[in-house]
Amino acid sequence: MSERPTAWSIALTRMRSTLPTLAAGLAVAAFFGIWILAPTLVIALALVFIGWLVLTRTGRQALAVARVGLSTVPERLGATSVVVVGIAGVVGVLVALQAMAAGFEATLTGAGSDDTALVLRAAANAELSSALDRPSTTLIIQAPGIKRDANDRPVASAEVVVVASVPKRTTGTDANLEVRGVGPAAWAVRPQVRIVEGRRFRPGLRELIVGQGALQQFSGVEIGDSIVLNNQDWRIVGVFASGDTHESEVWGDAESIAAAYRRNGFQSVAVRLTEAAAIERLRAALSADPRLRVDVETTRAYYGKQSERLTRVIRAVGIGVAVMMALGAVFGALNTMYAAVASRAREIATLRALGFTGLPVVVAVMLETMALACAGGILGAGIAWALFHGFTVSTLGSNFSQVVFQFQVTPELLIRGLQWALGIGFIGGIFPALRAASLPVTTALRES
Amino acid sequence: MKYLPLLFAALMRKKTRTLLTLLSVAAAFALFGMLDAVRVAFNAPQSVIGIDRLITSSRLSLIQPLPYADLARIESTPGVKAVTYASWFGGIYQDPKNFFPNFPVEPETYLDMYPELVLPQAQRQAFIKMRTGAIAGQALADLHDWKVGDKIPLRPTIYPHRDGGEVWTFDLVGIFEAAQPELRGSEKQMLFHHTYFDEGREIGQGTVGWYIVRVEDASQADQIAQAIDRQFANSAFETRTQSEREFQLSFAKQIGDIGLIVTAIMAAVFFTLVLLTGNTMAQSIRERIPELAVLKTLGFTNRAVLLLVMAEALVLLLLGGLIGLVLAALALPVIGEASSGQLDVAMRPESWLLGVGLMAAIGILVGLPPALKAMRLGIVDALAGR
Repeated sequence: MSERPTAWSIALTRMRSTLPTLAAGLAVAAFFGIWILAPTLVIALALVFIGWLVLTRTGRQALAVARVGLSTVPERLGATSVVVVGIAGVVGVLVALQAMAAGFEATLTGAGSDDTALVLRAAANAELSSALDRPSTTLIIQAPGIKRDANDRPVASAEVVVVASVPKRTTGTDANLEVRGVGPAAWAVRPQVRIVEGRRFRPGLRELIVGQGALQQFSGVEIGDSIVLNNQDWRIVGVFASGDTHESEVWGDAESIAAAYRRNGFQSVAVRLTEAAAIERLRAALSADPRLRVDVETTRAYYGKQSERLTRVIRAVGIGVAVMMALGAVFGALNTMYAAVASRAREIATLRALGFTGLPVVVAVMLETMALACAGGILGAGIAWALFHGFTVSTLGSNFSQVVFQFQVTPELLIRGLQWALGIGFIGGIFPALRAASLPVTTALRES
Repeated sequence: MKYLPLLFAALMRKKTRTLLTLLSVAAAFALFGMLDAVRVAFNAPQSVIGIDRLITSSRLSLIQPLPYADLARIESTPGVKAVTYASWFGGIYQDPKNFFPNFPVEPETYLDMYPELVLPQAQRQAFIKMRTGAIAGQALADLHDWKVGDKIPLRPTIYPHRDGGEVWTFDLVGIFEAAQPELRGSEKQMLFHHTYFDEGREIGQGTVGWYIVRVEDASQADQIAQAIDRQFANSAFETRTQSEREFQLSFAKQIGDIGLIVTAIMAAVFFTLVLLTGNTMAQSIRERIPELAVLKTLGFTNRAVLLLVMAEALVLLLLGGLIGLVLAALALPVIGEASSGQLDVAMRPESWLLGVGLMAAIGILVGLPPALKAMRLGIVDALAGR
């Protein structure tokens, strides 16, 4: 053996120093696998971990070291705020964007149910591109599977959808307001629609009622105002609420609106089914009729499909943005925790010289980072909730008109935000923690 | 130049920290690049071309068609050089996920109106001659692997074919390219004959979706637009004439408060970024106070120390930021591909410019406080570590 280190021994030392990092990398991968696949298992493990902390000697040691570390946080406010604010940013953006997708989905799918159905012309992908002539609608309404009321009239509404250009409140520029002409049975088909102010429109007159969402987004649609449909003035006489996408619409009498647009036909027929299973009977009856070429879908399926695309795009963008930001935050957390460990190197080394083993030190540093991450997660989720819960926006829907919806920050999203925060904290903490535990005591004691 | 090794030494002092800071800056700017590309795509569609083009559509709403007879009246309006028209067909190729715009147009006048759609002369002639002919953009043809000579079936969502068939079939006779790279969005459409469409459809015959008007003098565009609309005022089909840019912006606005949300996200990202980098810089300077004092003892002026620290911050920001922007530019086409063209945007020069501007601004912002602190150091105190 020569005095000078051989290439082999260098490689060996290198390997020895990279081994813990590799192990930590594997630990991170395992942690995330479990974290994503089985969150409940993680909670169980966390309980075991807490038990270990409280009940065993090493656990209590770790707790004591962590308490010392956390008690110095106020003195390092600038550095620790990097972790907290960085993670709060990630969680805030993630929660806000997912809340937007959740709100849009809830608004559209809220209008759907299994016991109502929508009949459109074959291949039409939305009401706007559908057309049904008068004889067809008569045939559809009389089909089996449709519920009948006390007077033995089918609960079905042949409807007309047009869009009107009305200025939006926020921008003052014209946007498309959906105008739905409904039949007399529309109230029975959609019992969720109720008048909250004013009264219903009278069939045969140029009267409209406005949904709450539309009222909020568009100007000049209050009770008593008039809007222009094909050069005629139509007066608003009531406001309705429904808790779903219909709130973005204005309703009037189908016959009058069709007449205003010189149309002799309808675009869709909304029906109430006798029971959810009756959809098959209705579909079979309509497809067997050679005079008809129509598609039948439950409203749940129809609105589910309408919301799918945008929801998916928002969700994907939200997660993409959050991943990018999370990377940034992980680097920030790593930096902070490395610095924290470096500044306390002597203190940690003293502990180890006193006989503390590596494990309590690792656990203590991890606990500290996780606590900071948790604070960041709560802060970010809280800000997202405070700013965006119930925040109303609108976008272009499938009928080429504005769909008004609200951000919905659900408890589930808040928990997911916290999950992300703890995940970032874990990566940000593990490597510095391992460094703290693996630095030779003598070297660390000499560090300033 | 002579300070360069010094700068390098400062950055290499704590390699891990420099690397991590660099990476977090890169992550933030990669995000910025992507979001800004989206923002630009929403706010400034095709900003360079079409200043002398107007779009005349129904005043009531875009879905209301206009009578074909309006063509002659618009053509005879003083100041109008050329008029053509198009309609919305909304056909679906194979699956609704493949959505792309497809319009029936009058081939000759439409291609004259849009010189930025470039296709070989022979293909152009074939398109004009063939009644069932259609042309598609290069990007669209690539996406679906179409070649000239293919038959393209489209399932109609609005206009069933009169013969009761479930599809309209078109012969692809040409593939066009956009004249400028920033107009590549226009390669995502397919055009076909209005006469074929009008004869084949059951409803709405004798109408068109909108007219496109070229004016002789772009500065007169507003007056000409008003003159066109005046002719149809109080008629059954009132019109609204806007510049092409306004027309496209009104679409983007309808999609909603995307711009607002994107700006909010960027603000959150940058707030975080400034905080992260600012803090790291401050920390790294704090640790080097004795070193800086040594520099001053050696005769470095206060200004030189200030500049040295500032340069360090700027180099970190610029290097990390550029890595981020390059990553964004590389990632955007991949995202476009993965979302089957739904999120197809590219980094525009203005995004690069804005990005570099922001790097410099943030660099100064985070570098200035520690730099000032370094400049004001008293040598004796600093050497004593006070």
